[in-house]
Formats: sequence, structure tokens, C-alpha cells
Amino acid sequence: MLNTLLEAFSLLSRLDSQVVAIVWLSFKVALATVTLATLIGLPFGALVAVASFPGRGAVTVFLNAMMGLPSVVVGVIVYLILSRSGPFGDMGLLYSPTAMVMAQTVLVVPLIAALTRQIVEDAWRTYATEFRSMHFSLRHSVAALLYDCRYSLVVAVLAGAGRSLSEVGAVMIVGGNIEGYTRVMTTAIALETAKGDLPLSLALGMVLLTLVLLLNTGAYHLRLWAMRKYG
Amino acid sequence: MFPIQLSNIRFTPDGRTVLTGVDLDIDAEGITVIIGPNGAGKTVLLRIMAGLQTPHDGAINWNGDDNPATGIAMVFQHPVLLRSSVFHNAGLGLKPFGLSRAEAKRRTLQTLERVGLAHRAEDSARLLSGGERQRLALARAWAMRPQLLLLDEPTAALDPSATDVVEGIVREIRTDGTRIVMTTHNLGQAMRISDDIVFLANGRVIERAPTSRFFARPQSNEAKLFIQGELPWRISFDN
Ligand SMILES: Nc1ncnc2c1ncn2[C@@H]1O[C@H](COP(=O)(O)OP(=O)(O)OP(=O)(O)O)[C@@H](O)[C@H]1O
Ligand SMILES: [Mg+2]
Repeated sequence: MLNTLLEAFSLLSRLDSQVVAIVWLSFKVALATVTLATLIGLPFGALVAVASFPGRGAVTVFLNAMMGLPSVVVGVIVYLILSRSGPFGDMGLLYSPTAMVMAQTVLVVPLIAALTRQIVEDAWRTYATEFRSMHFSLRHSVAALLYDCRYSLVVAVLAGAGRSLSEVGAVMIVGGNIEGYTRVMTTAIALETAKGDLPLSLALGMVLLTLVLLLNTGAYHLRLWAMRKYG
Repeated sequence: MFPIQLSNIRFTPDGRTVLTGVDLDIDAEGITVIIGPNGAGKTVLLRIMAGLQTPHDGAINWNGDDNPATGIAMVFQHPVLLRSSVFHNAGLGLKPFGLSRAEAKRRTLQTLERVGLAHRAEDSARLLSGGERQRLALARAWAMRPQLLLLDEPTAALDPSATDVVEGIVREIRTDGTRIVMTTHNLGQAMRISDDIVFLANGRVIERAPTSRFFARPQSNEAKLFIQGELPWRISFDN
């Protein structure tokens, strides 16, 4: 046990190339996922909050339900779409980082959209009449609300980043945990533990935990700062 | 847009009667102050004029303009400000106007200057004092250069000196050519600032008169009692 721990620290301290490659890929996949999911999820969530259209309630329930979507289910669906016989099979994307980003985006968009809807809808209640008196169109309202809620929305985006970093099922299924190509922190931990490479798993686990803690610390301080600055 | 004609406006939420047949003409110039007891429907009436509330019955006609929307601005009793700078808030109402960035900025700064907040442009709007907030809300509406500006108790929570400043701004907006309709519970303010008075009670316009005449010789019993109640040192009126 102690040996495992020491070896894990050793892997980290000498920046073991395998560890670095895995962490770097995780980082890139998470960044791409969060960027895409934010570009889609923020405006979509805000639109659902502000617009009135038939089926709005159903969309809201659907988004909330999708927040808890099991990642393996998304993995299987994206797998079917990208596999040789699937509609996008010709693109040969299965078992690639692109496929992992796609699956995770499907997973993270509802999370960010649902949180955004909640945050923006609360703000909308305060501003609706005021915006109407200024003759705002839907677009102006959405833009102003997203801006007004920007610090709370950072938290929604970070929640998305957390989910992307820590999710295993989807990236395992569509990425395949191919060493040096699609192996990320979570898939490595899941598989290397089973194969007995405990030091690697432990080292990656520590990196993962540190990253998630850092994200949350950052979010916490940003909100404190914003509250002091803007009241 | 003028004259704006309200005819037989009824507002009866959940069957409760708030306004029962309000008739009112608003011509192109001046400051009209609507007074009346709490719950008389003054705020509702402003919202109806702004097109923010649909009356249950009756009609409002903006001299044939179906949708005079961008010509009307309203400042609410408790204005809500965005969590951003004074400057950003002051220019918010210009978003739908499609002005160039430079033009919007010029207008916003100019208006902030006129309400005495230019030096606070970069500060957070939410951290302003009550009087400063009200001035910012006025600036936000004024920057839109509305033809009609509706003000709901613009000095309700302000001390006399802040009230003074706001009244000065309101006069200036009028001088700029904007028609103003406002409410207040401050009868001294109504006397100082308005050209005419609309006295609203029991769901109707009981009296409409030039300001000096209204306070010197109110015609209705309701208005006499209201003025006596609010200004008790004016013991009585000669009939
Ligand atoms: N949207 C609404 N739905 C239901 N009732 C409303 C609505 N708006 C206003 N009312 C009611 O109409 C009545 C008049 O309200 P209003 O705010 O216009 O009074 P006011 O004359 O402005 O009073 P105050 O001097 O206290 O501001 C109140 O009883 C209020 O509850
Ligand atoms: Mg009122």
C-alpha cells in the first residue's frame, strides 16, 4: 500500500510521459467538450427560460431529466451512430478523440442548458417587465440576461467541466481506451486498476481530484469577488 | 402619438374593481401628475399607458399609432438594475435602437452627464444609493429620448435634497420636449412640478384641472378631503 503510494508520487514527480499524455488528452477533450457544450447549452437554456412556446414545460422536464443521463447510455447511442454500419460510419470517427468529444458534448449540453435555464429564469422574473418597457426583443433579453448572470453561469460551465473530466462510461465505449490515442484519466483508472497497475491509477486519481478541486475553488472565489463588486 | 386618448378603461382583476371607466386625454406637452389614495390604480394606469398591461375593457388610442412602443419609456417605482456598471445600465434602453456603438456611447455619456452621474460611469450600478439609482433609472429612460415618459413615484424613498435633484431632472426632460405623466404621494411635489393634476379615486378620474386651480379650488368633495388629509394645515376650503 505504502509502496503503491510512493510509486504514484514518483510517477507524478518525474512527469512520467505516459501520465502526462493521458492528463493532456483528458484536458483537451474536456476543453473541447465544454467549449462546444457552452456554445450550445447557454443560449439554449436561456431561450427556454425566456421564450414562451408550446411544450416549454416538457422541454424543461426533459432537460432536467437529461442532467442525470447515464453516460454509458450516451456512449452506446453515439457508438451506434458512429459505428461502421451507423449513419456516420463512413467518417471513421469511432475510437477517436473526436468521438469522445461528441459523446461528452451530448452528455454535458443538457447539464449546462438545465442549469442555465434555472439561473436565467430566476433573473428573468426580476427583469421581465423592465425589459418589456425598454422594448427588448427575445434576442436582447437573452443577451442581457446571460450577461447579468455571467458569474452564476460560470458555475454551470464548471459543472459541465467536472462532468466531462470525471465521466468514464461514454469515453470508454466510443474511445476504447487506446493507449497513446484515446486513453484518458478515467478510462485509464478504470482499466489499469483491474490490470493491477495501481500506482498509475492512483497518480491519475490524484491529478483528477486536484483538478476538480481547483475548478471549484476558482468558481467559489469568482462568485465571492463578483458579489462584492456588483452587490 | 398625441393626443393619447383613454376611453372607458376598466381594470377588474379577479372580478375586483380597480378602474371602472377611466377617460383621459394626454396632449403633447407638459407634466401631468396623477394623485390619489393608495390602491387607486395609479400604477396600473401608467402601465396601461405604457402598453405593459391590457385593460379588461375600454380602449387606448395613441392618435392612430398602433404601436408607439419605442416612443414610450417608463421608470418603475423600484427600478431594477443589471449587475454591471452604471454606464452599461444607462445605455441598456438603447439596445433595440440599432445605433452605432459610438453613437450609443455618446448618447449614454451625455445623459449620464445631465443627471450628474458621469463620474460614476464605471462603478457598479447595484451599489449606488437610492437617489443615485433613481437618477440612473431616469438616465436610462431619458437616453431613449422618448416622446412620452411615465414615472411611477420617482422620489418615493428619497430625502428632500435628493428629491430636489430628481425634480430638477424631470423638469429638464420636459424642457427637452418629452411629455411626462407621473404619480406621486408628495403633494408639494405635485404643486411644484406639474402643469395639471389628475385626481384618481374610486376607480375613476374624479377631477382633472390645471395645478394651481386644483389645489386652490378643488371641485369635488373627494379631492377636498384628500388634500385636507394629505395637507392637514389647509384646514378647509371655502365653497
Ligand atoms: N396585475 C395585477 N393583477 C391583479 N391585481 C392588480 C394587478 N396590478 C394591480 N393590481 C391591483 O390593483 C390595485 C391598484 O394598484 P396600483 O398599484 O395601481 O395602486 P396605486 O394607486 O399605484 O397605489 P399606491 O399609491 O400604493 O402605489 C391594487 O389593489 C392592486 O392589488
Ligand atoms: Mg403605485
